[in-house]
Amino acid sequence: MLDMLLDILSWILLLGGALFLLTGAIGVLRFPDFYSRLHAVSVCDTLGAGMVLLGLMLQGGLTLVTVKLMLIFYFMVFSGPTAVHALAEAAQVSGLDPVEDDPEDG
Amino acid sequence: MQYLVDIVLLGLLMITGFAIVRMRSLLAVTMLTSIYSLFSALLFVVLDAVDVALTEAAIGAGISTILLLATVALTTEYEKVPGHRSLLPLLVVTLTGAALIYGTLDMPHYGDPNAPVHRHVAPEYIEDTPEEVGVPNVVTSVLASYRGYDTLGEVTVIFTAGVGVLALLGVHLRKRTEQPHDYKMLVVLRVIAKLLFPLILLFALYVLFHGDYGPGGGFQAGVIFATGFVLYALTHGLGNAERVIPPALLGVLAAAGVLLYAAVGIEGMLLGGKFLEYNVLADDPVSGQHLGILLIETGVGITVAAVILIIYFGFVSRRPGGADAQDPS
Repeated sequence: MLDMLLDILSWILLLGGALFLLTGAIGVLRFPDFYSRLHAVSVCDTLGAGMVLLGLMLQGGLTLVTVKLMLIFYFMVFSGPTAVHALAEAAQVSGLDPVEDDPEDG
Repeated sequence: MQYLVDIVLLGLLMITGFAIVRMRSLLAVTMLTSIYSLFSALLFVVLDAVDVALTEAAIGAGISTILLLATVALTTEYEKVPGHRSLLPLLVVTLTGAALIYGTLDMPHYGDPNAPVHRHVAPEYIEDTPEEVGVPNVVTSVLASYRGYDTLGEVTVIFTAGVGVLALLGVHLRKRTEQPHDYKMLVVLRVIAKLLFPLILLFALYVLFHGDYGPGGGFQAGVIFATGFVLYALTHGLGNAERVIPPALLGVLAAAGVLLYAAVGIEGMLLGGKFLEYNVLADDPVSGQHLGILLIETGVGITVAAVILIIYFGFVSRRPGGADAQDPS
Protein backbone atom coordinates (compact mmCIF):
# COMPACT_ATOMS: atom_id res chain seq x y z
CA MET A 1 0.00 0.00 0.00
CA LEU A 2 2.68 2.43 1.06
CA ASP A 3 4.75 1.34 -1.88
CA MET A 4 1.93 2.11 -4.24
CA LEU A 5 1.37 5.52 -2.65
CA LEU A 6 5.06 6.35 -3.02
CA ASP A 7 4.98 5.14 -6.60
CA ILE A 8 1.98 7.31 -7.44
CA LEU A 9 3.56 10.31 -5.71
CA SER A 10 6.83 9.81 -7.56
CA TRP A 11 5.02 9.58 -10.90
CA ILE A 12 3.10 12.75 -10.14
CA LEU A 13 6.42 14.47 -9.42
CA LEU A 14 8.05 13.05 -12.57
CA LEU A 15 5.18 14.07 -14.84
CA GLY A 16 4.93 17.47 -13.15
CA GLY A 17 8.65 18.00 -13.70
CA ALA A 18 8.28 16.98 -17.33
CA LEU A 19 5.42 19.46 -17.71
CA PHE A 20 7.54 22.27 -16.29
CA LEU A 21 10.44 21.34 -18.59
CA LEU A 22 8.07 21.43 -21.54
CA THR A 23 6.60 24.81 -20.59
CA GLY A 24 10.12 26.13 -20.10
CA ALA A 25 11.13 24.93 -23.57
CA ILE A 26 8.01 26.43 -25.16
CA GLY A 27 8.67 29.66 -23.28
CA VAL A 28 12.22 29.90 -24.64
CA LEU A 29 10.83 29.62 -28.16
CA ARG A 30 7.79 31.87 -27.78
CA PHE A 31 8.69 34.63 -25.34
CA PRO A 32 9.47 38.01 -26.91
CA ASP A 33 12.82 39.04 -25.43
CA PHE A 34 15.93 37.79 -23.68
CA TYR A 35 14.80 38.48 -20.10
CA SER A 36 11.43 36.78 -20.37
CA ARG A 37 13.12 33.81 -22.06
CA LEU A 38 15.50 33.59 -19.13
CA HIS A 39 12.47 33.58 -16.88
CA ALA A 40 11.18 30.55 -18.77
CA VAL A 41 14.54 28.80 -18.67
CA SER A 42 14.94 29.18 -14.93
CA VAL A 43 11.76 27.15 -14.45
CA CYS A 44 13.45 24.21 -16.21
CA ASP A 45 16.42 24.31 -13.89
CA THR A 46 14.65 24.62 -10.59
CA LEU A 47 11.12 23.23 -10.71
CA GLY A 48 11.48 20.97 -13.76
CA ALA A 49 14.73 19.23 -12.91
CA GLY A 50 14.00 19.49 -9.18
CA MET A 51 10.69 17.67 -9.39
CA VAL A 52 12.13 15.01 -11.70
CA LEU A 53 14.97 14.46 -9.23
CA LEU A 54 12.55 14.26 -6.27
CA GLY A 55 10.44 11.74 -8.18
CA LEU A 56 13.52 9.66 -8.95
CA MET A 57 14.54 9.84 -5.27
CA LEU A 58 11.20 8.33 -4.31
CA GLN A 59 11.76 5.59 -6.88
CA GLY A 60 15.24 4.95 -5.50
CA GLY A 61 14.15 4.57 -1.88
CA LEU A 62 16.71 4.56 0.92
CA THR A 63 19.76 3.71 -1.21
CA LEU A 64 23.04 5.23 -2.28
CA VAL A 65 21.33 6.29 -5.52
CA THR A 66 19.06 8.61 -3.54
CA VAL A 67 22.06 10.17 -1.80
CA LYS A 68 23.68 10.84 -5.16
CA LEU A 69 20.42 12.29 -6.50
CA MET A 70 20.27 14.54 -3.44
CA LEU A 71 23.77 15.80 -4.20
CA ILE A 72 22.75 16.51 -7.80
CA PHE A 73 19.65 18.30 -6.46
CA TYR A 74 21.84 20.39 -4.15
CA PHE A 75 24.08 21.26 -7.09
CA MET A 76 21.12 22.18 -9.32
CA VAL A 77 19.52 24.35 -6.63
CA PHE A 78 22.65 26.44 -6.40
CA SER A 79 23.97 26.42 -9.96
CA GLY A 80 20.73 26.93 -11.92
CA PRO A 81 19.55 30.23 -10.45
CA THR A 82 23.13 31.50 -10.29
CA ALA A 83 23.68 30.81 -13.98
CA VAL A 84 20.45 32.59 -14.90
CA HIS A 85 21.39 35.49 -12.62
CA ALA A 86 24.81 35.73 -14.26
CA LEU A 87 23.25 35.70 -17.72
CA ALA A 88 20.73 38.40 -16.84
CA GLU A 89 23.41 40.56 -15.27
CA ALA A 90 25.74 40.11 -18.23
CA ALA A 91 22.92 41.12 -20.59
CA GLN A 92 22.11 44.17 -18.49
CA VAL A 93 25.73 45.27 -18.23
CA SER A 94 26.23 44.92 -21.98
CA GLY A 95 23.26 47.24 -22.49
CA LEU A 96 20.39 45.01 -23.54
CA ASP A 97 17.04 46.56 -22.64
CA PRO A 98 13.87 44.57 -22.08
CA VAL A 99 11.29 44.75 -24.88
CA GLU A 100 8.08 46.49 -23.85
CA ASP A 101 4.72 46.19 -25.59
CA ASP A 102 5.97 44.58 -28.76
CA PRO A 103 4.53 41.09 -29.09
CA GLU A 104 5.60 40.81 -32.74
CA ASP A 105 9.28 41.02 -31.89
CA GLY A 106 10.78 37.53 -32.01
CA MET B 1 12.48 2.03 -27.35
CA GLN B 2 16.25 1.65 -27.44
CA TYR B 3 16.21 2.50 -31.16
CA LEU B 4 14.01 5.53 -30.55
CA VAL B 5 16.52 6.96 -28.07
CA ASP B 6 19.37 6.26 -30.49
CA ILE B 7 17.56 7.86 -33.42
CA VAL B 8 16.55 10.96 -31.43
CA LEU B 9 20.10 11.45 -30.11
CA LEU B 10 21.71 10.91 -33.51
CA GLY B 11 19.16 13.23 -35.12
CA LEU B 12 19.91 15.95 -32.56
CA LEU B 13 23.65 15.42 -33.20
CA MET B 14 23.08 15.93 -36.92
CA ILE B 15 20.95 19.05 -36.42
CA THR B 16 23.61 20.49 -34.09
CA GLY B 17 26.30 19.68 -36.66
CA PHE B 18 24.43 21.52 -39.42
CA ALA B 19 23.77 24.45 -37.12
CA ILE B 20 27.51 24.66 -36.34
CA VAL B 21 28.32 24.77 -40.06
CA ARG B 22 25.66 27.39 -40.85
CA MET B 23 26.31 29.80 -37.95
CA ARG B 24 28.67 32.73 -38.32
CA SER B 25 28.69 33.84 -34.68
CA LEU B 26 31.60 32.02 -33.10
CA LEU B 27 30.16 32.38 -29.59
CA ALA B 28 27.03 30.53 -30.69
CA VAL B 29 29.18 27.91 -32.43
CA THR B 30 31.13 27.41 -29.20
CA MET B 31 27.91 26.80 -27.29
CA LEU B 32 26.66 24.43 -30.00
CA THR B 33 29.96 22.51 -29.86
CA SER B 34 29.40 22.06 -26.16
CA ILE B 35 25.86 20.81 -26.81
CA TYR B 36 27.23 18.45 -29.48
CA SER B 37 29.63 16.98 -26.92
CA LEU B 38 26.81 16.58 -24.42
CA PHE B 39 24.75 14.63 -26.97
CA SER B 40 27.79 12.47 -27.72
CA ALA B 41 28.18 11.81 -24.01
CA LEU B 42 24.52 10.76 -23.81
CA LEU B 43 25.06 8.43 -26.77
CA PHE B 44 28.02 6.87 -24.97
CA VAL B 45 25.81 6.33 -21.91
CA VAL B 46 23.24 4.61 -24.13
CA LEU B 47 26.04 2.41 -25.48
CA ASP B 48 27.04 1.54 -21.86
CA ALA B 49 30.42 3.28 -22.19
CA VAL B 50 30.07 5.35 -19.03
CA ASP B 51 33.82 6.00 -18.66
CA VAL B 52 33.98 7.53 -22.12
CA ALA B 53 30.75 9.44 -21.47
CA LEU B 54 32.23 10.97 -18.33
CA THR B 55 35.36 11.97 -20.26
CA GLU B 56 33.34 13.43 -23.12
CA ALA B 57 31.10 15.39 -20.74
CA ALA B 58 34.03 16.73 -18.69
CA ILE B 59 36.41 17.50 -21.56
CA GLY B 60 34.16 18.04 -24.58
CA ALA B 61 31.28 19.88 -22.94
CA GLY B 62 33.27 21.39 -20.07
CA ILE B 63 36.89 22.35 -20.55
CA SER B 64 36.91 22.61 -24.37
CA THR B 65 34.06 25.12 -24.21
CA ILE B 66 36.00 27.27 -21.76
CA LEU B 67 39.17 27.08 -23.88
CA LEU B 68 37.19 27.88 -27.05
CA LEU B 69 35.55 30.84 -25.32
CA ALA B 70 38.98 32.05 -24.23
CA THR B 71 40.15 31.74 -27.85
CA VAL B 72 37.10 33.63 -29.15
CA ALA B 73 37.77 36.35 -26.59
CA LEU B 74 41.36 36.58 -27.92
CA THR B 75 40.44 36.64 -31.59
CA THR B 76 37.13 37.66 -33.13
CA GLU B 77 33.48 36.93 -32.48
CA TYR B 78 32.32 36.47 -36.07
CA GLU B 79 33.51 34.15 -38.79
CA LYS B 80 34.50 35.90 -42.01
CA VAL B 81 32.21 35.23 -44.96
CA PRO B 82 34.24 33.27 -47.52
CA GLY B 83 34.64 35.02 -50.88
CA HIS B 84 34.46 31.87 -52.98
CA ARG B 85 31.73 29.38 -53.81
CA SER B 86 31.83 26.25 -51.67
CA LEU B 87 30.86 23.80 -54.43
CA LEU B 88 34.24 22.10 -54.76
CA PRO B 89 34.69 21.57 -50.99
CA LEU B 90 31.12 20.23 -50.86
CA LEU B 91 31.94 17.78 -53.64
CA VAL B 92 35.10 16.61 -51.88
CA VAL B 93 33.27 16.17 -48.57
CA THR B 94 30.38 14.31 -50.20
CA LEU B 95 32.73 11.95 -52.04
CA THR B 96 34.78 11.30 -48.91
CA GLY B 97 31.64 10.70 -46.89
CA ALA B 98 30.27 8.31 -49.52
CA ALA B 99 33.57 6.41 -49.56
CA LEU B 100 33.55 6.15 -45.76
CA ILE B 101 29.96 4.89 -45.73
CA TYR B 102 30.90 2.38 -48.43
CA GLY B 103 33.75 1.27 -46.17
CA THR B 104 31.39 0.60 -43.26
CA LEU B 105 29.50 -1.97 -45.37
CA ASP B 106 32.31 -4.44 -44.76
CA MET B 107 32.37 -3.81 -41.04
CA PRO B 108 30.80 -6.34 -38.66
CA HIS B 109 27.34 -5.43 -37.36
CA TYR B 110 27.05 -3.52 -34.11
CA GLY B 111 27.18 -5.93 -31.18
CA ASP B 112 28.30 -8.87 -33.32
CA PRO B 113 30.08 -11.27 -30.92
CA ASN B 114 32.24 -12.59 -33.79
CA ALA B 115 33.67 -9.15 -34.63
CA PRO B 116 37.47 -9.11 -34.54
CA VAL B 117 37.57 -6.60 -31.67
CA HIS B 118 35.59 -8.96 -29.48
CA ARG B 119 37.73 -12.01 -30.27
CA HIS B 120 41.29 -10.73 -29.97
CA VAL B 121 42.35 -9.79 -26.43
CA ALA B 122 39.09 -8.42 -25.02
CA PRO B 123 37.77 -11.77 -23.69
CA GLU B 124 41.07 -12.37 -21.89
CA TYR B 125 40.89 -8.97 -20.21
CA ILE B 126 37.30 -9.50 -19.13
CA GLU B 127 37.91 -13.03 -17.84
CA ASP B 128 41.23 -12.41 -16.11
CA THR B 129 40.50 -9.05 -14.51
CA PRO B 130 38.78 -10.43 -11.36
CA GLU B 131 41.70 -12.73 -10.47
CA GLU B 132 44.66 -10.79 -11.85
CA VAL B 133 43.77 -7.19 -11.06
CA GLY B 134 40.78 -7.54 -8.75
CA VAL B 135 38.97 -4.29 -9.64
CA PRO B 136 35.31 -4.32 -10.68
CA ASN B 137 35.75 -1.71 -13.44
CA VAL B 138 37.34 -3.54 -16.36
CA VAL B 139 37.92 -0.25 -18.20
CA THR B 140 40.25 0.85 -15.41
CA SER B 141 42.09 -2.47 -15.36
CA VAL B 142 42.65 -2.35 -19.14
CA LEU B 143 43.60 1.32 -19.19
CA ALA B 144 45.82 1.40 -16.13
CA SER B 145 47.20 -2.12 -15.92
CA TYR B 146 47.05 -4.20 -19.11
CA ARG B 147 47.58 -1.17 -21.32
CA GLY B 148 49.58 0.85 -18.82
CA TYR B 149 52.29 1.53 -21.38
CA ASP B 150 49.79 3.13 -23.80
CA THR B 151 48.36 5.27 -21.03
CA LEU B 152 51.86 6.44 -20.12
CA GLY B 153 52.19 7.51 -23.75
CA GLU B 154 48.89 9.40 -23.57
CA VAL B 155 49.93 11.22 -20.41
CA THR B 156 53.20 12.16 -22.09
CA VAL B 157 51.23 13.56 -25.04
CA ILE B 158 49.16 15.72 -22.66
CA PHE B 159 52.33 16.85 -20.89
CA THR B 160 53.86 17.77 -24.26
CA ALA B 161 50.75 19.79 -25.11
CA GLY B 162 51.16 21.72 -21.89
CA VAL B 163 54.85 22.32 -22.57
CA GLY B 164 53.96 23.46 -26.10
CA VAL B 165 51.45 26.02 -24.85
CA LEU B 166 53.93 27.23 -22.23
CA ALA B 167 56.63 27.62 -24.89
CA LEU B 168 54.35 29.38 -27.42
CA LEU B 169 52.15 31.54 -25.18
CA GLY B 170 53.67 31.52 -21.72
CA VAL B 171 51.73 32.62 -18.67
CA HIS B 172 51.70 36.31 -17.84
CA LEU B 173 51.57 36.99 -14.15
CA ARG B 174 48.88 39.34 -12.94
CA LYS B 175 48.67 41.51 -9.87
CA ARG B 176 46.50 40.36 -7.04
CA THR B 177 43.15 42.13 -7.20
CA GLU B 178 41.94 43.29 -3.82
CA GLN B 179 38.65 45.02 -4.53
CA PRO B 180 37.71 45.36 -8.18
CA HIS B 181 35.64 48.41 -9.06
CA ASP B 182 32.51 46.46 -9.91
CA TYR B 183 32.78 44.13 -6.98
CA LYS B 184 29.07 44.20 -6.25
CA MET B 185 28.24 42.86 -9.69
CA LEU B 186 29.86 39.51 -9.06
CA VAL B 187 28.91 39.08 -5.44
CA VAL B 188 26.29 36.36 -6.00
CA LEU B 189 28.61 34.49 -8.35
CA ARG B 190 31.44 34.68 -5.84
CA VAL B 191 29.42 33.37 -2.94
CA ILE B 192 28.08 30.46 -4.98
CA ALA B 193 31.50 29.76 -6.48
CA LYS B 194 32.97 29.59 -2.98
CA LEU B 195 30.21 27.19 -2.02
CA LEU B 196 30.74 24.93 -5.03
CA PHE B 197 34.55 25.11 -5.20
CA PRO B 198 35.28 22.60 -2.39
CA LEU B 199 32.55 20.29 -3.65
CA ILE B 200 34.01 20.26 -7.16
CA LEU B 201 37.44 19.35 -5.78
CA LEU B 202 35.88 16.69 -3.56
CA PHE B 203 34.01 15.23 -6.53
CA ALA B 204 37.26 15.19 -8.54
CA LEU B 205 38.94 13.20 -5.76
CA TYR B 206 35.95 10.85 -5.65
CA VAL B 207 36.18 10.27 -9.40
CA LEU B 208 39.92 9.68 -9.06
CA PHE B 209 39.86 7.21 -6.19
CA HIS B 210 36.58 5.56 -7.11
CA GLY B 211 37.78 4.84 -10.65
CA ASP B 212 38.52 1.22 -9.72
CA TYR B 213 34.89 0.60 -8.81
CA GLY B 214 32.83 2.92 -10.96
CA PRO B 215 33.25 5.08 -14.02
CA GLY B 216 36.08 7.55 -13.72
CA GLY B 217 39.81 7.73 -13.33
CA GLY B 218 42.74 10.06 -13.59
CA PHE B 219 41.82 11.81 -16.83
CA GLN B 220 38.28 12.77 -15.81
CA ALA B 221 39.35 13.64 -12.26
CA GLY B 222 42.12 15.91 -13.51
CA VAL B 223 39.71 17.80 -15.76
CA ILE B 224 37.12 18.22 -12.98
CA PHE B 225 39.84 19.36 -10.59
CA ALA B 226 41.00 21.97 -13.10
CA THR B 227 37.39 23.14 -13.64
CA GLY B 228 37.19 24.08 -9.98
CA PHE B 229 40.15 26.42 -10.34
CA VAL B 230 38.81 27.79 -13.64
CA LEU B 231 35.57 28.65 -11.83
CA TYR B 232 37.63 30.41 -9.16
CA ALA B 233 39.58 32.32 -11.81
CA LEU B 234 36.37 33.38 -13.57
CA THR B 235 34.71 34.72 -10.44
CA HIS B 236 37.66 35.99 -8.41
CA GLY B 237 39.93 37.29 -11.13
CA LEU B 238 42.92 35.75 -12.85
CA GLY B 239 45.42 37.49 -10.58
CA ASN B 240 43.93 35.90 -7.48
CA ALA B 241 43.76 32.48 -9.11
CA GLU B 242 47.43 32.75 -9.99
CA ARG B 243 48.14 33.32 -6.28
CA VAL B 244 46.09 30.30 -5.27
CA ILE B 245 47.88 28.01 -7.72
CA PRO B 246 51.00 29.70 -9.16
CA PRO B 247 51.83 28.90 -12.81
CA ALA B 248 55.39 27.97 -11.81
CA LEU B 249 53.96 25.32 -9.50
CA LEU B 250 51.71 24.08 -12.32
CA GLY B 251 54.76 23.46 -14.52
CA VAL B 252 56.34 21.42 -11.74
CA LEU B 253 53.10 19.51 -11.12
CA ALA B 254 52.63 18.68 -14.81
CA ALA B 255 56.08 17.09 -14.86
CA ALA B 256 55.60 15.47 -11.45
CA GLY B 257 52.54 13.53 -12.60
CA VAL B 258 54.32 11.96 -15.57
CA LEU B 259 57.36 11.27 -13.41
CA LEU B 260 55.20 9.59 -10.76
CA TYR B 261 53.72 7.34 -13.47
CA ALA B 262 57.14 6.46 -14.89
CA ALA B 263 58.58 6.01 -11.39
CA VAL B 264 55.94 3.38 -10.62
CA GLY B 265 57.09 1.55 -13.75
CA ILE B 266 60.75 1.77 -12.80
CA GLU B 267 59.95 0.73 -9.22
CA GLY B 268 58.47 -2.43 -10.69
CA MET B 269 61.73 -3.05 -12.53
CA LEU B 270 63.80 -2.42 -9.38
CA LEU B 271 61.70 -4.93 -7.46
CA GLY B 272 62.43 -7.59 -10.06
CA GLY B 273 59.47 -7.28 -12.41
CA LYS B 274 59.01 -5.74 -15.82
CA PHE B 275 58.40 -2.05 -16.58
CA LEU B 276 54.95 -1.13 -15.22
CA GLU B 277 54.45 -4.59 -13.68
CA TYR B 278 52.44 -3.86 -10.54
CA ASN B 279 52.37 -7.41 -9.19
CA VAL B 280 55.72 -6.95 -7.45
CA LEU B 281 54.78 -3.67 -5.74
CA ALA B 282 53.14 -5.33 -2.72
CA ASP B 283 53.28 -8.69 -0.98
CA ASP B 284 50.56 -10.29 -3.08
CA PRO B 285 49.92 -9.53 -6.77
CA VAL B 286 46.36 -8.23 -6.41
CA SER B 287 47.15 -5.59 -3.78
CA GLY B 288 50.22 -4.71 -5.84
CA GLN B 289 47.91 -4.09 -8.79
CA HIS B 290 45.62 -1.94 -6.62
CA LEU B 291 48.54 0.15 -5.38
CA GLY B 292 50.00 0.53 -8.86
CA ILE B 293 46.68 1.57 -10.42
CA LEU B 294 46.02 4.07 -7.63
CA LEU B 295 49.48 5.62 -8.00
CA ILE B 296 49.43 5.92 -11.78
CA GLU B 297 45.86 7.28 -11.79
CA THR B 298 47.01 9.92 -9.30
CA GLY B 299 49.91 10.76 -11.61
CA VAL B 300 47.56 11.04 -14.58
CA GLY B 301 45.19 13.25 -12.59
CA ILE B 302 47.96 15.62 -11.46
CA THR B 303 49.36 16.01 -14.99
CA VAL B 304 45.96 16.51 -16.64
CA ALA B 305 44.80 19.08 -14.08
CA ALA B 306 48.10 21.00 -14.26
CA VAL B 307 48.25 20.99 -18.07
CA ILE B 308 44.65 22.16 -18.45
CA LEU B 309 45.28 25.01 -16.02
CA ILE B 310 48.50 25.91 -17.87
CA ILE B 311 46.58 26.06 -21.16
CA TYR B 312 43.77 28.07 -19.57
CA PHE B 313 46.12 30.54 -17.91
CA GLY B 314 48.19 30.74 -21.08
CA PHE B 315 45.14 31.62 -23.20
CA VAL B 316 43.41 33.94 -20.79
CA SER B 317 46.41 35.88 -19.53
CA ARG B 318 47.22 36.95 -23.12
CA ARG B 319 44.20 39.20 -23.16
CA PRO B 320 44.87 42.78 -22.02
CA GLY B 321 41.61 42.86 -20.06
CA GLY B 322 42.25 39.53 -18.40
CA ALA B 323 39.85 36.65 -17.77
CA ASP B 324 37.19 39.17 -16.91
CA ALA B 325 36.78 42.88 -17.32
CA GLN B 326 37.31 43.56 -13.65
CA ASP B 327 41.02 42.77 -13.75
CA PRO B 328 42.63 46.23 -13.64
CA SER B 329 46.14 45.32 -14.89
